[in-house]
Amino acid sequence: MSASDLRCKAAFVGAGLAGMGLAPGYTHLDILGEAVAAALEDAGIDKSEVDGLFTANMDNILPTLVVGEYLGIRPKVALGTNTGGNSFVDHALWAAMALEQGLCNVAVICYGSVARTGGSAAPDQPPYEMRYRPREPISSYAFAAARHMHEYGTTREDLASVAVSARKWAAKNPLAFARDPLSVEDVLASRMISDPLSLLDCCLVTDGAGAVVMVRADRARDARQSPVYLLGCATAQTHRQISQMPDLTVTPAAESGPRAFQMAGLKPADVDVLQLYDAFTINVLLFLEDLGFCKKGEAGALVAGGAIAPGGDLPVNTNGGGLACVHPGMYGIFTLVEGITQLRGAGGERQVEGAEVALCHGNGGLLSCQTTALLGAASVL
Amino acid sequence: MAPPTPSPDAPGVKFQAFLAEGSFSLQVCDGCGTQIFFPRTLCPSCGSRALTWKKASGEGTVYSTTTVRQKPERGGDYNVSIVELAEGARMMSRVEGVEPAAVTIGMAVTAVIATDDAGPLVVFRPAEGGGA
Ligand SMILES: [Zn+2]
Repeated sequence: MSASDLRCKAAFVGAGLAGMGLAPGYTHLDILGEAVAAALEDAGIDKSEVDGLFTANMDNILPTLVVGEYLGIRPKVALGTNTGGNSFVDHALWAAMALEQGLCNVAVICYGSVARTGGSAAPDQPPYEMRYRPREPISSYAFAAARHMHEYGTTREDLASVAVSARKWAAKNPLAFARDPLSVEDVLASRMISDPLSLLDCCLVTDGAGAVVMVRADRARDARQSPVYLLGCATAQTHRQISQMPDLTVTPAAESGPRAFQMAGLKPADVDVLQLYDAFTINVLLFLEDLGFCKKGEAGALVAGGAIAPGGDLPVNTNGGGLACVHPGMYGIFTLVEGITQLRGAGGERQVEGAEVALCHGNGGLLSCQTTALLGAASVL
Repeated sequence: MAPPTPSPDAPGVKFQAFLAEGSFSLQVCDGCGTQIFFPRTLCPSCGSRALTWKKASGEGTVYSTTTVRQKPERGGDYNVSIVELAEGARMMSRVEGVEPAAVTIGMAVTAVIATDDAGPLVVFRPAEGGGA
């Protein structure tokens, strides 16, 4: 047996979004419910058929119970693994396994948060680090950025061009929160928070919910929407506290990426569109390198040259990403929704022509846990 | 009912007790020699439970650093650094005695024991003649 046995065994047949940007008065469960309803409607599947529930959030210690109760779903399989924002991308692998083994027939992966209008409780802080008052999560990513600049000569301008690219994509997405034009100079001039990261190197804080529906591949063939297959998926972790990260310039994506590509039987050159969890500008550089899209230390020059922006060779975060579209705290679900949207050819003005393979990459904790998923349209089977 | 007295052998209790005596001590694995931070009940490298507390040299190098910006009326900017100790462990701390912006990656630093609201705390200062 190997992970490749799960290749193409399950597919995404529904996707939904809700409460994007601002959802005043709503709870995180309200907009999660709307997103699940939208995803099921998109799939043409009745809620009564849902028997697999995969969810996590920063509000509930017992997320699958709280969400199951709200949705009125009594799942046969429920999984609430919480490794941070990558969780939902990771859940896709477990959903595929549960479907393949016949433990469930219709799996829903879902998330909602009203972090902007409703606030959210601070998670537990590492006891040996909090006394030095790092401004988390920003300071942890600042440590990685400082080290990357030290080792590879990466500049603040390089980092800024990630935020500029995200805005260019967001301008093409009517659901994106920040759509005004942005320049490298604007990013450099924004208020410094934790050197070398300034305000515009940091993701948005918005409301938002997303949900996707998965079924076995045989059922997916008859789906209402063009199915999007799970080709590969892998997760790796190295630490919780940033001081324990083995190398600040190499994330666990260097392990999750190759495993996901191996499972899918693909290589980076096969990928048409990338959704990389951009909590901070430095993330995109680290993931491009760790996932094999350029050599270690070369991502700064790559992004500064416009490769990831609209019109570039390597379209990254076509919805605008966490920097410009939506970021309610755990962004991973939105990488899946946008990857599915692109592979259906439903991206409208931001559609990447002929996209057949999407890479959706989730980041959790403080660069701690990484999940890489490869999604494919029916044409690549 | 009063809560039970913390065991003096609990790793976190012992670490703080050493600091209260003015000693920055960490566990070193009897099995593989790894210096361990943060204190634990088993070696994160080889899994051994045979760990011996040893006084750390206190010598270290700044592995990465950031200045957390804060308004002057709230105390002003301050440094947070990740320090790699000479014996190998890495820990979060801060470098004192210089402006936050003057702390650089690769700077040689020496541990000193300071105090905050929660008790004694390891911080660092630029090493004497260490190119600071
Ligand atoms: Zn050991």
